[in-house]
Amino acid sequence: MISRRKFIAAGTSGILVAGCDRLDRSETFRGILRSSEGLTMKAQRLITPRDALAPEYSAADMSPIFRSNGTRLPNTNEYARHLTENFANWRVIVDGLVASPLSIPIQKLRALPHRTQITRHDCVEGWSAIGKWHGVPLATILGAAGLSTRAKYIVFHCADRFGARQYYESIDLIDAFHPQTILAWAMNDRLLPVPNGAPLRLRVERQLGYKQAKYIQRIEAVESLAGVYGGRGGYWEDTNDYEWYAGI
Amino acid sequence: MDRIEIDEPATAEASQVVVRHRLGTRIWHWVNAVTVFVMLMSGLMISNAHPRLYWGNYGANFDHAWLQLPRFPGWLTIPSYYSLSGARRWHLAFAWLFAAGLVIFLLISLWNRHVQRDLAPTRDELRPRHIWHDIKEHARLNFPTGEAATRYNTLQKLSYGAVIFVLLPLLVLSGLAMAPAMSAAWPWLVETFGGRQSARSIHFLCAAAVGLFIILHLIMVALAGPVNEIGSMITGRFRLRKGAEQQ
Repeated sequence: MISRRKFIAAGTSGILVAGCDRLDRSETFRGILRSSEGLTMKAQRLITPRDALAPEYSAADMSPIFRSNGTRLPNTNEYARHLTENFANWRVIVDGLVASPLSIPIQKLRALPHRTQITRHDCVEGWSAIGKWHGVPLATILGAAGLSTRAKYIVFHCADRFGARQYYESIDLIDAFHPQTILAWAMNDRLLPVPNGAPLRLRVERQLGYKQAKYIQRIEAVESLAGVYGGRGGYWEDTNDYEWYAGI
Repeated sequence: MDRIEIDEPATAEASQVVVRHRLGTRIWHWVNAVTVFVMLMSGLMISNAHPRLYWGNYGANFDHAWLQLPRFPGWLTIPSYYSLSGARRWHLAFAWLFAAGLVIFLLISLWNRHVQRDLAPTRDELRPRHIWHDIKEHARLNFPTGEAATRYNTLQKLSYGAVIFVLLPLLVLSGLAMAPAMSAAWPWLVETFGGRQSARSIHFLCAAAVGLFIILHLIMVALAGPVNEIGSMITGRFRLRKGAEQQ
């Protein structure tokens, strides 16, 4: 009797799950579910003042070990060369819709006035780690390059590859000009370790971990994300249907 | 629950039909019947992505987890195959339906006094003796009959109250407290929960409590007469059984 009940329960649940799987494969239904991303973004932006800061913590609140995720060592020959050179010849290109494109040596970036912040990194998988970041506000760089009024998004091209695909991410100008949005070159008082994105990564503190692009080589200002790689604004967005606006 | 008599009893033995659930309650019940299952099952898939729970602000693989969860099998999750982005798509879309339904139900039910009239236990019902009596009656499967069955009994009021006013709002709030942007917009929210990882643990515990409630709820419906009970949640009409004291 119990086993029959269990069988019926598992059977019912199986039918339910199979139904959900079918719905999940329907592009129309996915579109309906996806429309909630825009709603979440609008609602969060409505109640969040433009410059509202993510919580900053004290040194005592930091994770003993700040774990890394995603790429831990980019597997290209070019990156291997930079690594042996201790990133001495790493440059960051700033181009796209800017008045004067830049190619900034990493040493010059490290010499610019920087911001230090101890913040919480929230991964889409659910875990959190608190670390200390030192970096140049992205606003400083965009100001120096003279961002065009046509620009709507900032795209970060990264040195790491997933198979043949290049990692990239993008944010809009509200996040780009947020005071805590920095190009970080150090973590926990040391130059950025390789698993955490050496020599340069993005910190965009009001979004999830996969938005924090690592190994940044090029920063491009664009009007639309449609023509960039898969067109959805990021590697995980293109390949695995993650949200571009990582609200929760 | 409105005690509006529809059929005058022709004889003492005839059963009586009353309107038990208002339209708002019935719509919310069935919206939730779908929404809560989607939330629980997609939530289990999200748990599979990192099945460890922590207290405080941070918590990852090298930190102490107070609970290591099992990997939930495919027949319990949405989608059935491993997909964190797929589960998030379901979870975060249905979260809007879930939260909006809760807020609308609470506003309407306060306004039409459903909460004050039907859900709030009376002072007398909260006496330990009364609660103990109710527990014993439930354990003996003696359910209220006749006029008494038109009202929620004390255990029902307490469990519905705990779900509606504690568990469901906590689920919405602890879910919001996990949003990085919400930490900037409403820093007090994540602080109230004692940090983001505490909010995540509380989110899971409340979800587990809702799961337990659903199991007990389905058992009680089955024991109390599923046709009449489910029928009354669809049509609103409930057929009263005559109690022994009335025959």
